[in-house]
Amino acid sequence: MTATTHKIDAASATTGIGAAMIKDAIAAAVLAFLLCFPIIMLHAESDNDGNLFLTWRPWAVVVICAIAFAGRLSVSLYQARPVADRPVVAAAAPSASAAFIGRYIGAFGLAVLVVFPLAVWASLGSSGSLKWIDSYGIQILIYVMLGWGLNIVVGLAGLLDLGYVAFYAVGAYAYALLATTFGWSFWICLPLAGILAAFWGMILGFPVLRLRGDYLAIVTLAFGEMIRLVLINWIPFSGGYAGIASIPKVSFFGLPMRDAPGSFAEFFGLEYSPIHSKIFLYYVILALALITNFVTLRLRRLPIGRAWEALREDEIACRSLGINTRNTKLTAFALGAFFGGLAGSFFAVRQGFISPESFTFNESATILAIVVLGGMGSQIGVALAAVFLIGGFELLRELEWMRQLMQTIFGIPDFDPAQYRGLLFGLAMVVMMILRPRGFVSTRLPSIFLKEKKAVSGSLVKEGHG
Amino acid sequence: MGNFLQQLINGLTLGSIYGLIAIGYTMVFGIIGMVNFAHGDLFMLSAFIALLVFLVLTKILGVTSLALAFVIVLIAGMVLTSVWNWTIERLAYRPLRGSFRLAPLISAIGMSIFLSNFVQVVQGPRNKPVPPMFNEVIHFSPGGAYDVTLQYKQLVIGFVTAVLLFAFWYLVQKTALGRAQRACEQDRKMAALLGIDVDRTISITFVIGASLAAVAGVLYMMYYGVVNFSDGFLPGVKAFTAAVLGGIGSLPGAVLGGLLIGLIEVFWSSYFSTDYKDVAAFAILAITLIFMPSGILGRPEIEKV
Repeated sequence: MTATTHKIDAASATTGIGAAMIKDAIAAAVLAFLLCFPIIMLHAESDNDGNLFLTWRPWAVVVICAIAFAGRLSVSLYQARPVADRPVVAAAAPSASAAFIGRYIGAFGLAVLVVFPLAVWASLGSSGSLKWIDSYGIQILIYVMLGWGLNIVVGLAGLLDLGYVAFYAVGAYAYALLATTFGWSFWICLPLAGILAAFWGMILGFPVLRLRGDYLAIVTLAFGEMIRLVLINWIPFSGGYAGIASIPKVSFFGLPMRDAPGSFAEFFGLEYSPIHSKIFLYYVILALALITNFVTLRLRRLPIGRAWEALREDEIACRSLGINTRNTKLTAFALGAFFGGLAGSFFAVRQGFISPESFTFNESATILAIVVLGGMGSQIGVALAAVFLIGGFELLRELEWMRQLMQTIFGIPDFDPAQYRGLLFGLAMVVMMILRPRGFVSTRLPSIFLKEKKAVSGSLVKEGHG
Repeated sequence: MGNFLQQLINGLTLGSIYGLIAIGYTMVFGIIGMVNFAHGDLFMLSAFIALLVFLVLTKILGVTSLALAFVIVLIAGMVLTSVWNWTIERLAYRPLRGSFRLAPLISAIGMSIFLSNFVQVVQGPRNKPVPPMFNEVIHFSPGGAYDVTLQYKQLVIGFVTAVLLFAFWYLVQKTALGRAQRACEQDRKMAALLGIDVDRTISITFVIGASLAAVAGVLYMMYYGVVNFSDGFLPGVKAFTAAVLGGIGSLPGAVLGGLLIGLIEVFWSSYFSTDYKDVAAFAILAITLIFMPSGILGRPEIEKV
């Protein structure tokens, strides 16, 4: 008896599109119409006299409603597919191949990173490789380093920090001010900038010691914004919106990297090319990022690193076992800030110009997104997320064919794919939280183990809880 | 004295707008314990919706009565913004119940970035000048000791805020819907056991928050006469500060906090410096959260082990 009813259920489920599904899909389309109605259908543009006039975009709304209709329908169909077709939800145990990849991806990635600039230089020449080394290589590595730095605070200690960019700013301004005022070299300023940022990390960490979760996040956001607003308004100190320009460039062990006598190129008997300094900067940031990674990996095995992870899992248990949560939190803040400061001073030397515009909340959100998308606490995941996000954003600038396509087919004159980066980026954060809240790399290798290291599914640990 | 009174009026006007936004934060936090980071951007979106509806009414449909246009804009803005927030809650927050604690906050940050960039893409990055409305002023004792200018806009803002606050206070305190909402706030599981549709109640909370944010958006657009895609972040943070200052979870607290933040901001710019007024707002936020996290009218949070 029950078997037959099951069959009937299955049969009715496989008949395909039912009336209810159509109804759902129509509801989705109507909803999409309501959402788009004024904000997409109409476009207010102001002329030079400050008068607004409206232009209509009905086709965009029709397309969006159609997408909503089709999307909802396919979701219903997917959900109603016969039971037999559904994949068995496997226990979240990492497979042997994943473990194998996990073991060698680090070494492989490192080899690629070391060879990358030389290979690009050799294959594309000096002018062709500039873009790849500068706006892809260096840019991505800065974010890898920032991601790893923030990972100490968010991924290991579980303290959600929304104002990380403040330490990046402290590092950048420390180098810029020390170098332009006292003429100190980058190599002296770099550790100083890091220490200064760590000091700020402690100052800002102290008041938030007893906060947790959302409140901690909001207070760190407030601190981050306060530092930026002070940099904007304290003009004698920081130059305000104008920022600090003509920051000295980095030198190669005392040899300046510019077209002048006694420079790097002359010393090595090379013909001067701006690519030399870019390649050198690339290796500097690669080394800084690797130091960050190395320190984090080593610290995780020390008592302090284990205390961070214990704090992330359960603060109350931590306290009752006699761990000094104050010192544990402060070291996490200070160390995270230290690496942020190093990255900041590298940013200043690379750009040669800094202004508060580079240190907005969006920057903090980007770094946080890298940590979250990569899988909080996973070093390799954070690096991969930085490559995808930052590399992806840079790639959006290159989609010339898409501009052509939009212009010829849809008649949109000034379509710029790069405009959509923020939009896609916000969506990626939301979608990631829904589909894979543990990030790309959702397995964890325990920091301490008996006899054999076993990977743990990320769903068994509580990153960022509490 | 005249300056003081003038600033008092300006501060209360600004404070009403913050208070309206703060209610959205406080109600959502009260019911699901989440900082709805995207609420400020929702407010900005509602200002854009209101501007577009207003332009349709005046330029295309040829509505000449300003009062009628204003009422229609207010209602249309409330409805359309509610639809947005309802959809956002459905798609971005509801699937995350039961996920780890910071997941909704991160999702809301993503939503906030999405909304501001969405408006930038569809409406362009430039400031939109809003056609002037209610420009008349009442001038008390010109040249005297109490030389104060009261703009009609400020009267409209005060009136609309008072009426809506009363309406929503009635809704939350006296109706079945409000009782369900307060029950879910106290204990979601128990409320569900007693037959309250918790998901629906949470959706309604987002809708209420959105409609009040939409009112704030309409008033903000009218008061400042310009809207921009990046206008959501700072008012959002200040309104959140207001919600925390008043005691998060408490409706009268949100309004009180909003008025206080408005007054502090206006008096700070008037008597100290305009440059650091946002620093002051952030400083108040940090100080309140650190030293009195339960705010003025809030209940202290008891930590259960």
